[in-house]
Amino acid sequence: MTTRGFTGRGRGAASDQPGRLPPGQFLTTDFPVLSAGPTPHVSLEEWRFELKVGPRPIKSWSWNDFIRLPITKVASDIHCVTKWSKFDTNWEGVSIEDLLADAALEPPTAYTLAHSHDDYSTNVPVQDLLGNRGMIAIAYDGKPISADHGGPARLLVPHLYFWKSAKWIKGLQFTERDEGGFWELRGYHMYGDPWREQRYSGD
Amino acid sequence: MSPEPARAPKLQWQSATVVAIESRTSTVKSFFFRLPRTLNFVPGQHMDVRLTAPDGYQAQRSYSIASAPEETDRYELAIELLQDGEVSPFFFNTVAVGDEIELRGPIGGHFRWSVADGGPLLLVGGGSGVVPLACMLRHRAARGSSVPIALVYSARTAADIIFDDELHAMHTRRDGFHFVPTLTRDANPTPGRRIGRIDTSLLADTLALLQSTPKLVFVCGANAFVETATDALLALGVSPSTIRTERYGG
Repeated sequence: MTTRGFTGRGRGAASDQPGRLPPGQFLTTDFPVLSAGPTPHVSLEEWRFELKVGPRPIKSWSWNDFIRLPITKVASDIHCVTKWSKFDTNWEGVSIEDLLADAALEPPTAYTLAHSHDDYSTNVPVQDLLGNRGMIAIAYDGKPISADHGGPARLLVPHLYFWKSAKWIKGLQFTERDEGGFWELRGYHMYGDPWREQRYSGD
Repeated sequence: MSPEPARAPKLQWQSATVVAIESRTSTVKSFFFRLPRTLNFVPGQHMDVRLTAPDGYQAQRSYSIASAPEETDRYELAIELLQDGEVSPFFFNTVAVGDEIELRGPIGGHFRWSVADGGPLLLVGGGSGVVPLACMLRHRAARGSSVPIALVYSARTAADIIFDDELHAMHTRRDGFHFVPTLTRDANPTPGRRIGRIDTSLLADTLALLQSTPKLVFVCGANAFVETATDALLALGVSPSTIRTERYGG
């Protein structure tokens, strides 16, 4: 259905790069903040990251242990389900492969749930975390990640809508089944591929 | 074990007819839509709007529902004009009564409240962030509920208060609702309106109006506003698990 009088005058920002903006998204140069509650302020002294298989803890890292793991750099476009996209964001962190190697763990199931300090959670299939497609990011644009953007550490899975890139991450749990996380149990899509516009449950 | 996610059917786009447009402030207009099907929503939820150009290009945005769920003959979206925006200037400059606009929703499973959820409730809105909160208050009024609610609403000047008369009228009923507006850029004090940005003392005074700890707190506005408000609430001892936020802007 064509909307009377609408020409899309504002599309210019991304129109010189056809195919780079997923459907229904618009380009922003800001970095908007979206979160379901207050920003937790997690000190590096109390920060820990835990890897679990189901209920069973496998390994846990302090901040000092964590930042000694191999650091990977990633440049990527990011896409928020609230319609904004941002091009060429630069992140540094520990790839999920390097994390698993440090724990001497082969992926035991096909699904994960990421858990955060604010009791947020989100589900991501293991396949989407491997092959340098997912990391625990600890720096954005060469600097520590600010608290409102998820620092000290957040999950980064930039090829999925950005709610999958859980802020204030404190652990990754392998699950037998694909279990919905916070937004997935509140009407949002279980997988969240921006290119297939999987915003809401049923899309 | 987590519950299974609802296998909801796809939220379908529906063509809505603009039946009225009302100026709320110099930068906010309400658009009233008639929908082909009744919308079952909970206050706080939003709708997605989709515009389509003749060559197929589409733009989408989300806008909070302002009208109460009890009002089913037309649905109100209050839209703030963002000068360098793409969709809000189109609504302000081009959309006219009789136009067809595609909508889908309702969306949002967290920032929502209905009288059945109970209270007391603290609502904190900045600028157009008051819209989903006004929806909650209209719902409360439509149900004749006396759940205690206090609304702290930060606007630039008295002329920028959206729904001013309506919120003031609700306040004067003295049925458990307290309206606490504060103006950040207004040099002329008016009775009943504070001057200044929200801070710990304003929020502490407002919490005292509720007389008991709020069951839920809803904070909506620009990110910097939400950060200030939620940090102050945490400093006052409000439990983070009771605070729900909705943010916009950078």
